[in-house]
Amino acid sequence: MKQFLEGSYAVAEVIKLCRPGVISAYPITPQTHIVEGLAQIVADGELNSQFVNVESEHSAASVVLGGSAAGVRVYTASSSQGLILMSEVIFNIAGMRLPVVLTCANRSLSAPINIWNDQQDSVSLRDAGWVQLYAENNQEVVDLHLIAYRLGEDKSVMLPVMVCMDGFILTHGMEVVDMPEQDKVDKFLPPYKPLYKLDPDEPLSMGLLADPGYYTETRFAIQETQKEVLKFLPKISEEFRNVFGRDYRDCLVEEYLTEDAERVIVAMGSVCGTIKKVVDDFRAKGKKVGLLKIISFRPFPYARVYEALKNVPKVAVLDKSVSLGGMAAPLALEVKAAFCGKKKAPKIISSFVAGLGGRDITLDSVREVLKKLTAKEVNLEYIDLKQELLKDEYGG
Amino acid sequence: MKEIRIHARAGQGAITTAAILGEAYFKEGMYPYAFPSFGAARMGAPMNAFVRVDAKPVRLRSQIYEPDFVIIVDDTLMRGFNCFSGLKDEGIAIINAKQDIEAHALKAKQKKFIIPATEIALKTIGRPLGNTALLGAYAAATGEIKLDTLIEVVKMRFKGKAAEGNVQAITQGYEFIKKG
Repeated sequence: MKQFLEGSYAVAEVIKLCRPGVISAYPITPQTHIVEGLAQIVADGELNSQFVNVESEHSAASVVLGGSAAGVRVYTASSSQGLILMSEVIFNIAGMRLPVVLTCANRSLSAPINIWNDQQDSVSLRDAGWVQLYAENNQEVVDLHLIAYRLGEDKSVMLPVMVCMDGFILTHGMEVVDMPEQDKVDKFLPPYKPLYKLDPDEPLSMGLLADPGYYTETRFAIQETQKEVLKFLPKISEEFRNVFGRDYRDCLVEEYLTEDAERVIVAMGSVCGTIKKVVDDFRAKGKKVGLLKIISFRPFPYARVYEALKNVPKVAVLDKSVSLGGMAAPLALEVKAAFCGKKKAPKIISSFVAGLGGRDITLDSVREVLKKLTAKEVNLEYIDLKQELLKDEYGG
Repeated sequence: MKEIRIHARAGQGAITTAAILGEAYFKEGMYPYAFPSFGAARMGAPMNAFVRVDAKPVRLRSQIYEPDFVIIVDDTLMRGFNCFSGLKDEGIAIINAKQDIEAHALKAKQKKFIIPATEIALKTIGRPLGNTALLGAYAAATGEIKLDTLIEVVKMRFKGKAAEGNVQAITQGYEFIKKG
């Protein structure tokens, strides 16, 4: 049923429909309303789940790790400092092949302290072994959570999935969302049946020491599964469409007017909505501009990106995070890597950074990206940079 | 597409105002996107809430710089700050104030409506929260939304005395402008 509601409460509602047996989270801006909503749902008896209050994000992640190891569907959510405090456990969850689902309400990292949106928190955890899916709007946020559980719990996958939604822009943004019906969710997402679980009657150990004779293969196995996910996501997306009617195609990328485009912006998350508006405006003037939206950042769909962009002369990658000391921003590095050693490739792949620490990405910001997408490739070109503040920073 | 910018101080209920307005637009078959922008995240600090609304789902995620309508919940915000910044040439401002304020001049076709929303709120709700009176005034001044829809949303959102008081506040805000 279509409802007008805040993104965070939409997440709480869809998690209720997924029936997790254990929920644990520690409140942090801008994730707070998700946890608040779920705590209310559990307290009201609408969801039969163990809601475990904890003293830190490290403990929240540990609780859901334990719950998942005991064979139960689990859920947690965090942001920013909370997410990176979890990071030790985040790597463990992937290493133990536990299909935890986590919502990251994307926010910048300290210092300086900043509560606003960018994507540095989740992007910094790209190497952990989790699947990472990025949502453009709150309908996608809701739907990607269903897809996340279905994907992660598949016996051929058994990996944790992080659903990333831009803090404030989506978490605190109220819009129309078509909430799925419980019977359809139950059809799409059957009860979780673990391959192995911690059980006193049939004791086993998980997450043990793996010496040099074994460790490498655990990483190799996750890597191989990540590659498999690129094949599974389109299948699950098709199942999703059959049940709910909404079409996310292969659920890896969305091509928006890229086919004949001379200039394409690559981005992920809510900024893609703003970019689509600019693309429409340019198209109305006969200018061939397009957007390639990345939904799955991990695994990264190199082949799909190659196919989508191989005939595009100029590509701009717009990142809302940075890899300090790197030659381009994280998403741009992936796009560039997709064309490494290939004969067909864009002449230009420029890397732009915008929207850090909540700096608003306006229509003008996006137009500026297109303006600076010239025959001269640029890397780590910051949009809306305030030169006057830099003077202060370096004492003139 | 129409864009509404609300100027308020944190704690004055601007997010609720945006939520009620968004819900009302939704009930009338539109696709609203209502969202806040926090500054210092402290009570009393200036903040904005926004509503962007269209007949199809809204994609644009930036803040609102060229609003069709502004709602000013606290007229002290107009001291030394131009709350009309970017207001469209035929834009409308609804201001909660006891009397007219000689702040920034408006363009020829722009309109402003002054309404003592806090006084209306004190009489109807018993608290100095002029948001619902302002929404009634918004409906009357812009013709964008039906009074009945706003009342329906307020009744859904509030219970008992709070619902009664807010329905009165909306109605009085609406009538204040209509009688104007």
